Amino acid sequence: MSIPIRVLVAKPGLDGHDRGAKVIARALRDAGMEVIYTGLRQTPEMIVNAALQEDVQVIGLSILSGAHNAIVPRVMELLREKGMTDVIVVVGGIIPDEDAAELKQLGVAEVFQPGASLDKIITFIRDSVKQVA
Amino acid sequence: MAAATTYSELIERVLAGDIRALARAASIVESQSKPARDLIAALFARTGHAMIVGITGPPGAGKSTLVDQLARVIRGQGRTVGIIAVDPSSPFTHGAILGDRIRMQDHHADPGVFIRSMATRGRLGGIAQATLEMSLLLDAAGRDVVMIETVGVGQDEVEVASLADVTAVVLVPGLGDDVQAIKAGIMEVADVFAINKADLPGAERLEQEIRAMQSLGAESERANSAPVRRVVATEGRGVEELLAVIEAVFAKRKRKGERAGTWAVRLRELLREDLMTGLPEHDVQAHAQRVAMKLEDPYTAVDSLRKAICG
Ligand SMILES: Nc1nc2c(ncn2[C@@H]2O[C@H](COP(=O)(O)OP(=O)(O)OP(=O)(O)O)[C@@H](O)[C@H]2O)c(=O)[nH]1
Ligand SMILES: [Mg+2]
Repeated sequence: MSIPIRVLVAKPGLDGHDRGAKVIARALRDAGMEVIYTGLRQTPEMIVNAALQEDVQVIGLSILSGAHNAIVPRVMELLREKGMTDVIVVVGGIIPDEDAAELKQLGVAEVFQPGASLDKIITFIRDSVKQVA
Repeated sequence: MAAATTYSELIERVLAGDIRALARAASIVESQSKPARDLIAALFARTGHAMIVGITGPPGAGKSTLVDQLARVIRGQGRTVGIIAVDPSSPFTHGAILGDRIRMQDHHADPGVFIRSMATRGRLGGIAQATLEMSLLLDAAGRDVVMIETVGVGQDEVEVASLADVTAVVLVPGLGDDVQAIKAGIMEVADVFAINKADLPGAERLEQEIRAMQSLGAESERANSAPVRRVVATEGRGVEELLAVIEAVFAKRKRKGERAGTWAVRLRELLREDLMTGLPEHDVQAHAQRVAMKLEDPYTAVDSLRKAICG
């Protein structure tokens, strides 16, 4: 049996529901991945610390609150600081195209808009992890 | 990743307190391969310093909340903490959702608390070996107290708990399955009982039930009955007292030289899992066929399987 992909799914921002994040978490689990789920209101510091300790290959951020411009750059900065640039970061949420382009410039591997198929997300994660390895 | 990282380099970094290196080492240990053994063997001389505490109990009993609170108290005393939170993998997809960190958020800025979530990964021999190796890693890395959280529902989890220096069983009032959990063999592994959610009605009754069960034991056992403490993990109430009781059990064990006894349990477990994982599945199936067809008796089958493993 091959070693499962480890993914951190986090829901940063102050808005109080994490249904989307939970749907993703379950889908990734059903795809055979180990999902570390940290729940609501995660700060960039919490996210990167958890990713560090858990040695995940992937961080999935579910952002609905429009706070992506504040949160994602800080996450990327912290990952650089800790020498964790090999961790793949994907972002899901309502993110305007020009912002998505900017996030990718910062090193985000992919941005998924609401309605992106779960299969597409799973395939993307699998392929990206394979490339890094 | 840096493929050039050798184990001696990695070990050096782990011993120097490098968290990234520790996390990487944990992944190697989890992989249950030859490298995992080499790593633990190389680190073994550094172990033996930590107190390893198993925390087990039914789903939702408040184990993670309690572990979080215990970590807070231990940190307050200036000691460092390692936490291993074990959750089951799906037997079908091998995936898992590991959600114990949700209740352990307060320590994110504190390098003195290292938390690692671990899935059972449908290991043939059970999860005990991997958990033991992970505790040894955290011990070698200098963590003063290592806590292992497992859901105490199956035999495997009970075994995990029995590998710790001290095992605390967390029960809660009013679930109705209290007595059932006690029956499931948890009673025997408990060195300490924590009655959590003591803010809810029924805590006293549960305590009485536990004490009643203890009084059924032999005279000699009764004298060594596991202490029972009530706690409210969400408020941190009773947590210091619980820790003190855990420490007392540990101190007594050490005084009495019972660590060898703990290792006897661990060695048996390592051997059992080793045999299980070394078992060629193909041979098992072949012998099962023969036994089912009455071409062979089960003991002859087991004998040949043993020979297949030991060569
Ligand atoms: N009333 C009350 N609720 C508590 C107490 N401790 C924990 N809880 C609640 O019980 C629920 C489960 O807590 P967890 O710490 O996740 O329990 P757990 O045993 O780790 O759960 P699993 O890992 O899923 O088996 C949460 O909603 C907690 O807030 C307590 O002392 N009193
Ligand atoms: Mg838990």
